[in-house]
Amino acid sequence: MTNPTPQAPSAPPDGPPRLVLRGIRKVYPSVVANDGIDLTVRPGEIHAVLGENGAGKSTLMKIIYGVTRQTEGEIEWEGKAVEVDSPAHARSLGIGMVFQHFSLFETLNVTQNVALALPGKPDLKALAKQIEEVSQRYGLPVDPRRMVHALSVGERQRVEIIRCLLQSPRLLIMDEPTSVLTPQAVRKLFETLRQLAAEGCSILYISHKLDEIQELCHTATVLRGGKVTGSCIPSQETPASMARLMIGKDLPVCEHGASTSGGETRLRLAGLSHASDDPFGTDLRDIHLDVHAGEIVGIAGVSGNGQQELLYAISGEAPLAEKFPVQICGIEAGRMTPDQRRTAGMGFVPEERLGRGAVPRMSLAENALLTAHTGAGLLKSGLIDFAAMEKFSAECIAAYNVKCGGPGAEAKSLSGGNLQKYIMGREIMQSPKVLVVAQPTWGVDVGAAAFIRQALIELRDRGTAILVISEELDELFEISDRIAVIANGRLSPSKPAAETNVEEIGVWMSGMWPGAEAAQEVSHAA
Amino acid sequence: MEANLFTSMLFATVVAGTPLVIVALGLLVSEKSGVLNLGAEGMMAMGAVAAFAVTHETGSPWLGVLAGMGAGMVMAFLFGILVLSLMANQVASGLALSIFGVGLSAFVGKPFESVALAAVPPIRLPFLADIPVIGPALYNQQALVYFSWALMWAVVWFLYRSRAGLVLRAVGEAPGSAHSIGYPVIRIRYLATLFGGAMAGIGGAFLSVFYTPLWVEGMVAGRGWIALALVVFATWRPLRVIVGAYLFGGVMIAQLFVQGSGMEIDMPSQVLSSLPYWATIVVLVIISRNAATIRLNAPVSLGQPYRADT
Amino acid sequence: MLLKLEARPEPSQLMAYLSPLLAVALTLIGGLLVFSALGTDPLEGFKVFFLNPVKDTYGVSELLLKATPLMLCAVGLAVGFRANVWNIGAEGQYVMGAVAASGMALYFIDSESAMLLPAMVLAGAVGGALWAAIPALLRTRFNANEILTSLMLVYIAQLAVSWLAHGPWKDPDGFNFPQSKMFADSALLPMLIEGTRLNFAFVIALGLLAAGYVFMQRSFLGFQMRVAGQADAAARYAGFSATRTIWIGMLAGGATAGIAGMAEVSGPMGQLTEHVSNNYGFAAIIVAFIGRLNPVGIFFGSLLMALLYLGGEQAQQYLNLPSSISKVFQGMLLFFLLGADVFIHYRLRLKGGK
Repeated sequence: MTNPTPQAPSAPPDGPPRLVLRGIRKVYPSVVANDGIDLTVRPGEIHAVLGENGAGKSTLMKIIYGVTRQTEGEIEWEGKAVEVDSPAHARSLGIGMVFQHFSLFETLNVTQNVALALPGKPDLKALAKQIEEVSQRYGLPVDPRRMVHALSVGERQRVEIIRCLLQSPRLLIMDEPTSVLTPQAVRKLFETLRQLAAEGCSILYISHKLDEIQELCHTATVLRGGKVTGSCIPSQETPASMARLMIGKDLPVCEHGASTSGGETRLRLAGLSHASDDPFGTDLRDIHLDVHAGEIVGIAGVSGNGQQELLYAISGEAPLAEKFPVQICGIEAGRMTPDQRRTAGMGFVPEERLGRGAVPRMSLAENALLTAHTGAGLLKSGLIDFAAMEKFSAECIAAYNVKCGGPGAEAKSLSGGNLQKYIMGREIMQSPKVLVVAQPTWGVDVGAAAFIRQALIELRDRGTAILVISEELDELFEISDRIAVIANGRLSPSKPAAETNVEEIGVWMSGMWPGAEAAQEVSHAA
Repeated sequence: MEANLFTSMLFATVVAGTPLVIVALGLLVSEKSGVLNLGAEGMMAMGAVAAFAVTHETGSPWLGVLAGMGAGMVMAFLFGILVLSLMANQVASGLALSIFGVGLSAFVGKPFESVALAAVPPIRLPFLADIPVIGPALYNQQALVYFSWALMWAVVWFLYRSRAGLVLRAVGEAPGSAHSIGYPVIRIRYLATLFGGAMAGIGGAFLSVFYTPLWVEGMVAGRGWIALALVVFATWRPLRVIVGAYLFGGVMIAQLFVQGSGMEIDMPSQVLSSLPYWATIVVLVIISRNAATIRLNAPVSLGQPYRADT
Repeated sequence: MLLKLEARPEPSQLMAYLSPLLAVALTLIGGLLVFSALGTDPLEGFKVFFLNPVKDTYGVSELLLKATPLMLCAVGLAVGFRANVWNIGAEGQYVMGAVAASGMALYFIDSESAMLLPAMVLAGAVGGALWAAIPALLRTRFNANEILTSLMLVYIAQLAVSWLAHGPWKDPDGFNFPQSKMFADSALLPMLIEGTRLNFAFVIALGLLAAGYVFMQRSFLGFQMRVAGQADAAARYAGFSATRTIWIGMLAGGATAGIAGMAEVSGPMGQLTEHVSNNYGFAAIIVAFIGRLNPVGIFFGSLLMALLYLGGEQAQQYLNLPSSISKVFQGMLLFFLLGADVFIHYRLRLKGGK
């Protein structure tokens, strides 16, 4: 997701360091999250902290922000050694943080949310005014009177940023800020960040997206397995060289042949409309889509635009009042339960792995039973066939290269990538005619992500119809044959992936595709 | 005669509703912080027996109320240790607190089963009590009745006007977020839980020292549970708590009046006595029917344990 | 802070089994403290409370007799609790089971049919299940919290039995006591051991424990209920019916509690009285937890709880303490268990300094 003509950041500024970390180590009972990390940030510097999921970036930032304490090591702030013992303390030092999963309160309005993070007892009226001023000055439009639950993801992020800016921070930590934004919104955010840096604020920018870092950051520190594996000036590197620092080898590439198009329609959404059960949810409106045997259709969109509702409507977790809007292999399935839809030939991989796709405190073998009970013949007259269950589970572990303690291991004990491989394997081994996958590689390490994408492509080549809903545009372009966009509960027409590009899909993600209703409100986009 | 009957029914309704108002407001505050304490029945029972014992020994109902409050807080503290420090299941722990409290109160209250306390005279508010019909019903009441009204306004002010209340609501909605911007979630929940315990204790004290005034095993008779239901009925809004509490007070009183009026109603007393419980069920059904109402109003983290990773 | 809880990388299987034993040990220590606080010689108190009740065969038979209703209620409740269906109204379902079975016995008071007893067992089960069906219906149709509704129904059931015992079913020759006529012999459960009061209900309870074991640990339906209890989103994703889960969870508890009620009126009581329940429905909640919601654990848990009941009676008789002391111990036991359970997932660490 990059600007076509990246403006290379100017050289990193000089001056006495604002923040120095020396030998930071953080030990959790089962894992060493940070191990001997050194890092220096200067005033006005945008400093990237680059690393895979699980490399220890978030832990390090939480230590700087005082959410957790380091086990060893020292922090030096503007030349003085400090013990940051709470976020309030961090804020009083001049450190602000924008969390990846926002720390906002849905049932409070914007002003109240901001007030909660400020010291003392701010006057709410005056504060609302201040919010408006800051939001204007930095191009972050937001209405201080609105309730947070009514805001789009992008607006929420702005609230988080404004909340930090109101305290005139001298260091701003941004944790994966672009994962919830359209490409266009990313560009706006970068402008704001550059403006801040020009005013002398230091920025710690956490990301795993190489192109973004190249575009924005002066310097970068790369983490792998909790250790620093290198420091560099991103503008002097290539994505490939940074990737090697990040994962220790070359980026794996998916082999992606052309699809054998022209297969029969396996999944048809015929005017699917559904009001969300969640008062804060998005209603689906008149969605039409066909997915054919032997193709992968990707659905892009900013999170919170109806992806969940669409998934639940397709999977049967939110059954419809009518039969026809969801058709599986020609069967009108709108009122079927998830179980019945599975029997009709559909498989699902949900976004939430622990807690939905798998029961955290059950073994992998028991988790096989969750969806494969009938599809893989794991029952005997209403009783569980324990032997068959173990066997199926062991086969899945072997075939999908799941690193774990065997079928008896608790789902909770697996890493995100390995659990995702197991769930994916469980669904694929039942030979579905249609597979619906949400966020297939979200929070998964690069190696597992490549494996999973490859598995999807191979499944497509065997003739399965695959629908992928993802917020990662790069991923959709890598594996999809066709791409459509969901915005505010509506679905755009689809376009062959080869005939479109990130720019165009980015525009569509804010609800503006050709033929979209002119006056369509796009509250959840941007 | 008509006006007199109305006055005395209103008077009795307010008296019967008062313990529910106090207890439910306390529970509401602790639920707003995300703590679901099903031990209200046990806390009330302990409050009632402690208040009775102290009043009996010292002759001072006010020391009794203090003792009841203290007993409720001790019980709430035990609950807090379980669910806040040890992260035990809130539902099971609340049940444990109820069973324990009811049992312990029966045990320690045994010696007081056959003694009676002197009735505490009501406090007459000048001028207000002279208002015809409602004056004698509302303004010639026990001090704790006035306390319950003040408590309601205090809770409203606290939750919606004070910064501390804002923080409390924030903790109940998203403890993780509250922690990450630096609020001590567990400490705040302890305070809210203790407040709930204190109010349950006072509610119990009102029953045994002012209302009956007697101690009988099992005298709380489900009022703790009804108070819990009231919080749901009120969709976590303090003003509705008082409405609901008086509604229940009215139901409880109506059956006594029917039984005492000598009206020729061919209905066993047990049927009338069961009315408050049926009413609780009906009210719960009506309010819960719309799942969205509950979802919009219930504190999001209600009943979920929280542990900060440090 | 010197002591600190630290998450274990894996939950400790050992602690899962040790925690109930730890809770029992702590309760015993608590008991000794209570006795000494009351000025009773703690060892004497301990002996009277915990050893006296089981010093002979008759004592043991009484223990099993008391454990029977607890076992029955707890095994049904465990089915629901595993699925997060919080039926805490077993006390009321027990009463209604007793009422239904008594109705049968009183209606056929002159019958000598061998079918009467099985019919009464069935009536008890149906009576309890119907009472549990009310919260199940209200929960599935109207989303009403089953904890509160099932509990309210306890009070209502107690009033209902009180009305029957004082009113329509009162024994005309009973000196105005609130109790029914004595049941005919054909409506009484056969004794298992001559000279004791231990009856056939114990066998029924064991059978239901075994059935509960198969259902919960081996059957697919039981698996579905466990999934619903541990991760309801996963149950929805898998397509397991939430409505069915609630119904099974509620009805299982209601039916077994109803049978327990039947066993009491048709066993040691031989008639319906106002005080048909002895808090068994609530104590069974503790039994279910202390038994880890597992039928084997429930068996031992109910023996322990029965001992607390008998100990309370002994304490009243010989130590001049109110019998409600057993409720204190029951509550303590559950408290300690819930507290000890934290060590399944966490361990205690000594922290130096900060």
